[in-house]
Amino acid sequence: MATNNDKAKGVLVDLTRCIGCRGCQVACKSWNERKTGKTTLEGEFTNPKQLNSDTFTRIAFVEQDKGDQPVWSFVKDQCMHCQDPACLSACPVGAFTRTPEGAVNYTFEKCIGCRYCMVACPFNIPKYEWESTSPWIRKCTFCSDRIADGKVPACIKVCPTNVMFFGNRDDVLKEAEKRIKESPGKYVDHVFGKEEAGGTSWVYLSAIPFEQLGFNTSIPAVKLPNLTWNMLGGIPAKVGALVVGLSLIAAFRNRGSSRSDESTEGKEK
Amino acid sequence: MAAHSTSSAMPAPAAGFKALIALVAIGFLAAFYRFAVGLGASTNLSDAVPWGLWIAVDVLSGVALAAGGFSITAAVYIFNMKKYKPIARPAILTAWIGYTVVVMGLAVDIGKPLSFWHPLVMWNTHSVMFEIVWCIILYSTVLALEFAPAFLERFKLTGLLKVLKLFTFPLVIAGIVLSFLHQSSLGGLFLIMPHKLPALWYTPNLPYLFFLSAIALGLAMVSFESIVSARVFKHEPEMDILEGLGRGTMIALGVYLAAKFGDLAVRGNIPAIFSSGKASLFFLLEVLVGAVVPIALYVQKSVRRSAGGLLLASSCVIAGTILNRFNVNFFAQAGPNAHYFPSIIEMLITVGLVSLMILLYRLAVTYLPVFHDQQKMH
Repeated sequence: MATNNDKAKGVLVDLTRCIGCRGCQVACKSWNERKTGKTTLEGEFTNPKQLNSDTFTRIAFVEQDKGDQPVWSFVKDQCMHCQDPACLSACPVGAFTRTPEGAVNYTFEKCIGCRYCMVACPFNIPKYEWESTSPWIRKCTFCSDRIADGKVPACIKVCPTNVMFFGNRDDVLKEAEKRIKESPGKYVDHVFGKEEAGGTSWVYLSAIPFEQLGFNTSIPAVKLPNLTWNMLGGIPAKVGALVVGLSLIAAFRNRGSSRSDESTEGKEK
Repeated sequence: MAAHSTSSAMPAPAAGFKALIALVAIGFLAAFYRFAVGLGASTNLSDAVPWGLWIAVDVLSGVALAAGGFSITAAVYIFNMKKYKPIARPAILTAWIGYTVVVMGLAVDIGKPLSFWHPLVMWNTHSVMFEIVWCIILYSTVLALEFAPAFLERFKLTGLLKVLKLFTFPLVIAGIVLSFLHQSSLGGLFLIMPHKLPALWYTPNLPYLFFLSAIALGLAMVSFESIVSARVFKHEPEMDILEGLGRGTMIALGVYLAAKFGDLAVRGNIPAIFSSGKASLFFLLEVLVGAVVPIALYVQKSVRRSAGGLLLASSCVIAGTILNRFNVNFFAQAGPNAHYFPSIIEMLITVGLVSLMILLYRLAVTYLPVFHDQQKMH
């Protein structure tokens, strides 16, 4: 399906640089005109606890203990913008498209609301407007409108500590590998998103093993849509084989029977 | 006219009949409420569990319950097992009503019901859901045509009946092919989430396992309703046919069980059977209730020859296979934030749809020539 080109953008999220100010959360809400709700903190600082139809990105606060000192990690979540998106292949009406810049976007006018995209997404990103009677699927748009204008996404623009490195995806991966090489021992030797789910536009560097930060490390390094296409692509052959096979069996088993099936009543198998 | 309906043998709208109508009416009211207030206010669905009771029962299980339609027509018309001809029409009726109810269940479930027609003109051939929508549309049409003779006989439209008879074999073959595609594609939905669905259920062969279990369930469903209909309409169950159906169900279950465990073994997932915590419990329950216990019942000739025994065995198959569809649907979504129990509205709509199935079946067998003895009077 989607192939890369020199226009495909990527973002490197260097988690070691994040200070958890949540400026990106605010900038995202403001650029995308999302509602703010009244939230409460319940024993943890991640707020809101999950992404939702009004929150396309948010910082997860992960607390760990190192000796007797608490250690905080701040993990930015948003759509990963897969190179071969499961949501795009899952949608029965083609409501998802992938732009040349690599953004995976959604068209409300096509959507029927089956929510297969939500179930199919390896990162559980698409969210639903449950309270609406004409609900949209909502998720990060990679600020495609800004990118088309030659600007960087709102969250990147606002970040005070340069957590995110934006560029062509190839350059983004080179930058990630360069940082690992230049600071031996600083990072886990893995670029999350380089291979996961067939590769994502957003990739991560971390000093702490990804699974400890809530990343799903069991996501296989395969293009997920291929798993269903293996079945779907075989349909014409299977239909042909079944029609021929069934016709032959029927002809063989019904040989000698008269056309009218009532006349053979009682003649058992 | 009344001569070839069994209405004379049937007591005037019994209490059960009235209760069915009441449940259907309540279900419709619940559906109106759902459309008026949206999914959020009427269901317990959430971003963590977007697919709930309606998908598990009304769609995944409903389609599987309809599998008797293609299984029996394959036996009768393709394999020429004439003995089962008398139950072909009841099986087709069940399948047709089943599909009608599945469509209604989907209409309630999708977020934008008025956009239901989009897949007809907006194509994504890479989507399993797209295949499913087309299978539902095409197979519903085939089932309508396969059942049409009952209407044509009832209204004595012999000319049309003769024309339709010419298409019996093509329709049967189309029905089998579409059923194979549809039953398997319901399993195919989950192929795209290898890291979500536990290894107890995830396999590239899940579509085939869905197909095989649907055959067993379809056959069990046909014997279940044959026995219940015989009791309701006070006629003798045709034990010769039912005994054969029981044997067929047993063989189908055996094939399914062998395929399921063979696949687990080949993938090295046998240890997962006991080491997956809650998933293990539900997996074992599904296998025991849906396959092991009914096979143990069906192997006994005395069970296959008694209506009560067959009723018990087929009930097990029905419960166990529905549990399988529940397991696949819910464990595929069971992330750390997944908590789900259906709301009252969700349950009322599902109960309403099941009641509607029974009601439509009962109306059809009362007013149309569905059973063998009714057909013979023509």
